[in-house]
Amino acid sequence: MEITPDSTIQARFQVIWPGFTLDVDLELPGRGVTALFGHSGSGKTTLLRCLAGLEQHGQGVLRFKGDIWQDNGRGIFRPTHQRPLGYVFQEASLFPHLSVRKNLDYGRKRVNSGHKVSLDHAVELLGIGHLLNRTPDRLSGGERQRVAIARALATSPELLLMDEPLAALDLKRKTEILPYLERLHDELKIPVCYVSHLPDEVARLADYVVLLAEGRVVAAGGLRETLARLDLPTAFTEDAGVVIEAVVAEHDERYHLTRLDFPGGSIFVAQRRETIGYKLRFRVHARDVSLALTRAEGTSIVNLLPATVTEIADADTPAHVLVRLNADGTPLIARITRRSLDHLNVVLGKSLWAQIKAVALLT
Amino acid sequence: MLSDVDLAAVWLTLKLATITTMILLIVGTPIAWWLARTGSKWKGVIGAVVALPLVLPPTVLGFYLLIALGPHGPVGQLTQFLGWGVLPFTFAGLVVASVFYSMPFVVQPLQQAFEAIGSRPLEVAATLRASPWDAFFTVVLPLAKPGFITAAILGFAHTVGEFGVVLMIGGNIPEKTRVVSVQIYDHVEALEYAEAHLLAGGMLLFSFFVLLALYSRKGAHTWK
Amino acid sequence: MKARITRLLMGLALTVSSLVTQAAQVQVAVAANFTAPMQKIAVEFEKDTGHQALLSFGATGKLYAQIKNGAPFQVFLAADDKTPAKLEAEGDAVPGSRFTYAIGTLVLWSAKPDFVDDQGEVLKKGDFKYLAITNPKTAPYGAAAIATLTKLGLFDALQSKLVTGENVSQTYQFIFTGNAELGFIALSQIIVNGQLTSGSTWIVPADLHEPIRQDAVILAKGQDQPAAQALADYLKSEKVKTIIKSYGY
Repeated sequence: MEITPDSTIQARFQVIWPGFTLDVDLELPGRGVTALFGHSGSGKTTLLRCLAGLEQHGQGVLRFKGDIWQDNGRGIFRPTHQRPLGYVFQEASLFPHLSVRKNLDYGRKRVNSGHKVSLDHAVELLGIGHLLNRTPDRLSGGERQRVAIARALATSPELLLMDEPLAALDLKRKTEILPYLERLHDELKIPVCYVSHLPDEVARLADYVVLLAEGRVVAAGGLRETLARLDLPTAFTEDAGVVIEAVVAEHDERYHLTRLDFPGGSIFVAQRRETIGYKLRFRVHARDVSLALTRAEGTSIVNLLPATVTEIADADTPAHVLVRLNADGTPLIARITRRSLDHLNVVLGKSLWAQIKAVALLT
Repeated sequence: MLSDVDLAAVWLTLKLATITTMILLIVGTPIAWWLARTGSKWKGVIGAVVALPLVLPPTVLGFYLLIALGPHGPVGQLTQFLGWGVLPFTFAGLVVASVFYSMPFVVQPLQQAFEAIGSRPLEVAATLRASPWDAFFTVVLPLAKPGFITAAILGFAHTVGEFGVVLMIGGNIPEKTRVVSVQIYDHVEALEYAEAHLLAGGMLLFSFFVLLALYSRKGAHTWK
Repeated sequence: MKARITRLLMGLALTVSSLVTQAAQVQVAVAANFTAPMQKIAVEFEKDTGHQALLSFGATGKLYAQIKNGAPFQVFLAADDKTPAKLEAEGDAVPGSRFTYAIGTLVLWSAKPDFVDDQGEVLKKGDFKYLAITNPKTAPYGAAAIATLTKLGLFDALQSKLVTGENVSQTYQFIFTGNAELGFIALSQIIVNGQLTSGSTWIVPADLHEPIRQDAVILAKGQDQPAAQALADYLKSEKVKTIIKSYGY
């Protein structure tokens, strides 16, 4: 994607509260899902509220695809209701005095310009057609959140902001909604900013990641490159790992395994239902990767990839290090002990074998 | 049954309570809204002023209103300057006094309702393109409806029951300022206990049924 | 020896009698308009007799209701003559114990100097918005004011200008705050140490209305109580009459 100022979201914000400062300067892609990722208190929700114009104390500049939404230095501030955005709050926030249908209509009928997203499409996308005449108190948590998402979409927003829309839901509801979010990702042509503190959620949905800690941007970039970086604060490295996009290549009926191919090689996972050619994302945690100098014989580990050491960095404990590897174009991270590092004489440029004990499939 | 004089007092009381309640809903809503939403250092001061009639003896409030509204008082000077004359001993004066006296009974339920709603529904409405005014009428008012009903009932009932303030600035003029509570007082003072019982008993029943209606009302929508 | 015994007995008798008199208290219900003089009288009463008068102040009608409902008052100083008579007729007071302890003086008063002339001509001119009176149904000063206006032939002309206080204190406040330009109140309200305080006053001639009698009565609970009887007697003494007069009665 070509990045020009008129196709991106440029956001420079400062929010100063007692005991907390948000200070960011970002350029976000004008389409795809951007995850604002960080621990609680990192400022990700505050940043999202700044984008929406909801944060009273948010000072700065916001230029959305060439339109200036906010520039406090020049006295420009477009109030929230004049910004063409949709916002999904952490808890569903449906209007309790209105039916589902009237909730959906609330924003829609206040939009003057043509409807790029039809109401029917939003209803179909979120699978809520059978709920239209109910009142919010007769919906489950997952249903409410789906209605809230549809309500935001029905305004045909040019920017969709989502604040941990799954956080208040249990695992079952989450798995109920995630497919809908993936459909959004695939079908909508508008940029989405998605706040999350869960690496798996980010890895599954995001194209672009902004990593926040204590109100500052620690890293920002494409999903794979950013998650594979080693120079991130220790708070993130305990969960370090990489995301790999692969294609279902072969089903092994005898051993009930499926082979996934990706640019750096291939791995076997427990048998999947997806047809050959289907695209999958999976995550390899650094703690699940060990290193060997030779291709190990007599091991139970199935997945072995040849790789080259590209970077060595401190890990979250003094006993461990993180080793970044290049497996023929695909980055990997291994978390090994410092003792092993010395024993195996792991140095930059060394060729060795990465042994992958487990992968987490994200679909 | 009730004499013409008593009936006139009942009618006047209902008129006073109705007008006072309507004014209070109009005046009290922005005050309650401000109190519920502001972070201003003046919040405590304004809140305390509004609540004063809850703790002040009505005669104190009545005495100060008599002075303030009187020809030498600041309000009296203003009303005279505007050509309205002075307010004590007039129905308008009673309305003004009742508005002050019943203010906390309207403002506080509204403030509580607004506080319970919080800022989230307004933020949601804003992200759905509703301007602040739009959001107030389409979201806040419907959600605060139980608070408005409570406020109206309490404001009305409290105005009906008002006595000390009316006594102080009313001047007990038939059909202008002689309300039921004053009429009861007159009957008691004149040892006309039968007439007093009729009015007082009616007032007791009225107050009981108002409060019964208030306390047995079901809670409406809650914001989740 | 005999003299010593006599002295001893006399001393004993004195001690006993003084113990009895010192222990006696009398519960008194007092009309609010008589608050100031009664406080002074109570002090003198205790000095002269050793009895202690415990005073409760209130509107006459309210005190009546309290007495009818078992209040522990032994003596009642009302603001009128009607209420003590009613109590006596209803058997709540000692028969024959009723007496007038004070006669009120009605005045027409304005807080403004020179507004009220000493002949009451201001009433005829009618150059005012409100004339304050006390509720004639319940207060003797109100009834006297109405009688005065009627006798002067001004009642019909001034009726629409009347505003009514529930008691003379309230009527005084209406006038004092300037909300009513003038009004009929009690002389006792505007007199301090025998002097008129402020504003302008017409002392209404006594022949324009019935005398405003304030009667006292010994209540049923005061029957055969020496302190109650002592107070009734004391109120009739010359000393007390002088005190009462200095307060404008």
